[in-house]
Formats: sequence, C-alpha cells, structure tokens
Amino acid sequence: MNDESPINYRRIMHDGLWDNNVVFSQLLALCPLLAVTGTATNGLGLGLASLVVMIISNMVVALFRGIITPEVRIPVFVLLIAAIVTVVDMMMNAWLHELHKVLGLFIPLIVTNCAILGRAESFASRNPIRAAVTDGFAMGVGFIIALVSLGAAREIIGAGTLFANASLLLGDSFRFLEITIIPDYRGFLLMALPPGGFLMMGFLMAGKRVLDVRKSKKAEVATSTPALEPGS
Amino acid sequence: MYGHGVASPSYRKRTAYQAMLLGGMATLASAILVLGDVETRDDIAMRQAEDLKASLSQVLPDEIHDNDLLSDVITLPAGTNTKEPIKVYRAHQEGHISAVAFEVSAIGYAGPITSIMGVDADGKVLGVRVISHAETPGLGDKIEISRGTWITSFNQHSLDNTTASQWHVKKDGGEFDQFTGATITPRAVVKSVYEGLQTFEQNRKTLLMPATSETSDKVTITEEKTDE
Repeated sequence: MNDESPINYRRIMHDGLWDNNVVFSQLLALCPLLAVTGTATNGLGLGLASLVVMIISNMVVALFRGIITPEVRIPVFVLLIAAIVTVVDMMMNAWLHELHKVLGLFIPLIVTNCAILGRAESFASRNPIRAAVTDGFAMGVGFIIALVSLGAAREIIGAGTLFANASLLLGDSFRFLEITIIPDYRGFLLMALPPGGFLMMGFLMAGKRVLDVRKSKKAEVATSTPALEPGS
Repeated sequence: MYGHGVASPSYRKRTAYQAMLLGGMATLASAILVLGDVETRDDIAMRQAEDLKASLSQVLPDEIHDNDLLSDVITLPAGTNTKEPIKVYRAHQEGHISAVAFEVSAIGYAGPITSIMGVDADGKVLGVRVISHAETPGLGDKIEISRGTWITSFNQHSLDNTTASQWHVKKDGGEFDQFTGATITPRAVVKSVYEGLQTFEQNRKTLLMPATSETSDKVTITEEKTDE
C-alpha cells in the first residue's frame, strides 16, 4: 500500500476475499458474526447490509482524507460511519420496506462492526476513492463469504437444512436455495447458539490455515531442487 | 500519510483546526441525519401504518368488518395483566362492534414476545400473530406464521371452551404443543394470549359499548385527538 506504487486492484480483491479476510484473517466483526450466523440466510442478510455500508463509508472517508488529521481521525470516522448506517437504515425503511423488514434487524448491528472502522483507518484514509471503493467491495464480499460459510456449516449441523427461509430475504424466485440436507434431523442445539458459532469458526479458521500452509509448501517445493521426492 | 501527495500545512497542527474539523464533521453528520429524517419520515410512517393494517387484517378477517380498522382506536387503562395502557382496534359490522384486536406481550426466552390478537364479540380468539420477538432462530421462531402453523392453534379458543388449566403447553398439562428444544417460547405466547382474553373479559363492556354508529363516531374522534 505504498503511495508511490500504482494501485494493484487484483491485490486488493485477493486481500479482501482471502489473504486478509475480515473474519478469518483479521478476526474482526466477530460480535455481529456470531450473533446472526445461525443460518446461512441470516449470514447473507447481514453480509449484504454490511457490504453496502462498507463501500459507502470507505468512499466518504477517502473523500475527506485530505482534510482529516491523525489526531481527530477516530472520532471523525465513528461520526461518519454512524451517520451513514443511520441514513441507510432510514432509507431502506422508507423505500425498500419489504427488504428492511428482513434485514432491518441486522442494520444496527453494523455499527458494532469494527471492520468498517478498521478499513477506514488502515486503507480508505490513505488511498484514492476508487481504490477505497474497491477495497470496501472486496472486504464486504469477503465478509459475505465468511458469514455464509459459517452460517451454512452451523445450519447444516444444527438444523439439517441449508438456506432455510431464503425466499423471505431474496424473494420467491430464490426458493430453490432452500434445501433440507438431512431429513428428520433432530437438531443439534449447540450449533444454533453462539458457543457453536465460536467452535465452528475455529474449525473453519483451522481449515483455512491448512489450505494456506499447503499452498506455501507447494510454492516452496516448486522453487527448491526437483530431486526431492514429492510429499517428503 | 494523511493527505498524501500534499505537504501538510502547519495550520493543521493547531488545536483550533482540529476543533473546527471535528465540529464541522459533526455538523455535516447532523445535517445528513436531519435531511435523511425529513426525506423519509412520511414514507416510514406510511409503511408502518400499512404494516399495522396488514397484521390487523390477519387477525380480523375482512368478512367481519366494514370499517377502516385504523379508524376506531380506543385506549384501555393499564389493568391487572398489563403495566401500560393498551390500544384496541375495533372492527365494526353494520353498526355493531364485531371484534377487537390488541397487542399482548410476555417475556420469552430472549426478551419480550409481542403479538397482536383478534377476539370476536363472544370472546373467541380469531387469530394471533407474533409481531416481534428475539427468540432463538431455528427453535423459538416457529411461533412466526411464516415458519409454522403453530400460532393458529389458538383460533376459536376462548375462556369458556378452554379451562384455566388447559391454557398451558402440553408439558405443563395444557392444550397447546411445545416445540422440541423450546418450551419457554410457546409457554410465553400461551400465557400472553390467556392474559389477553382475561383483559378482554374484564373490559368487555367498554370494548363492545357503542352500539349506535353516532356514538362510536364520537368516541373515534375524541380518542384520535387524545392519541395525537
């Protein structure tokens, strides 16, 4: 993120989606995460709402980055983010009322999402608007991926279904998403409750680590002498 | 780092600049909020009235009334089961009060569960719908009509055809099913409906009083004024 180097949009996307994922790498936004990921649908709902706020807040912060001084940056960011979330909430309530009835519950939770302040602080405040918007988008999509995968894993183990009630969130045309994975499942309460969220997040993070380690090993093997036996 | 590409001018280091910046941003944020509020207030109020009408029409079927459900609202003072005054929406048919609807609530597993219930003039439940709750998704949320038909099991029950000991979940020896993994939630809803019927019984006279449309209109007008 050097000021002189040209902005690498591929890098920004890759950072947001995988390498520097809000949840699995930065470990941010855990409070709203664990609260709502009982089902994949709820995760998707919070993810979509967060994505919108993240893009707007990154844009606004990048816009004002020239006049904000380091001394007062935190209160200014908090002020801007709180105002954005409130206005998004009001506008959705007024003009996208059906969606708001489903997502409305999640919008106040976005204020508790420190990832948004984190991105404003570490990226948007030192990059031009386009890069900041791209970063907001990448981080938001990465957040959606984390929420949906965590929600899906908890939902399958906890209730035996996947994307239950997705049609309430996305409309009737998305009813096909609603799948019962395990019929006549008695349910596993722990997974539906927040402790199950912590456990599942631990498993998913471990899984990501395994993939990352394997990838870096492969890269090592490829650069080292080919005389070595594969898999040693 | 901040404002890269531009040499930071020295006035930025002054306290006055910081204060101005913070004040300016606060003003800007307030202006955005005020503007947003002004722009959306009427629409939100309209949407909420539509929502209220939609949930009222679920517990007061169209066949039993010929008035606008939001037109006749009376307020009952706080009683034995309620700490706060209750707003009652009254359905008229040919000059009679055919049914009433009001909100009831009880503490569930995770905070209050608020429902709206419709009761006909004989004291029978016409329908109950949960409006807001914070119960565990996947367990307690089966009380919502969109996730199950359980809430319709109250229909047609009254204090006359269901005794006090039957107004419980089956686990407690009553009439109504509980859910696997969730007993507290349905227990709370049963309690709130039972208390709602008791409130209806205690206030039956007031609730069904205005028989002629003239007096009912008067009541409507004065009540609406006090509500404003």
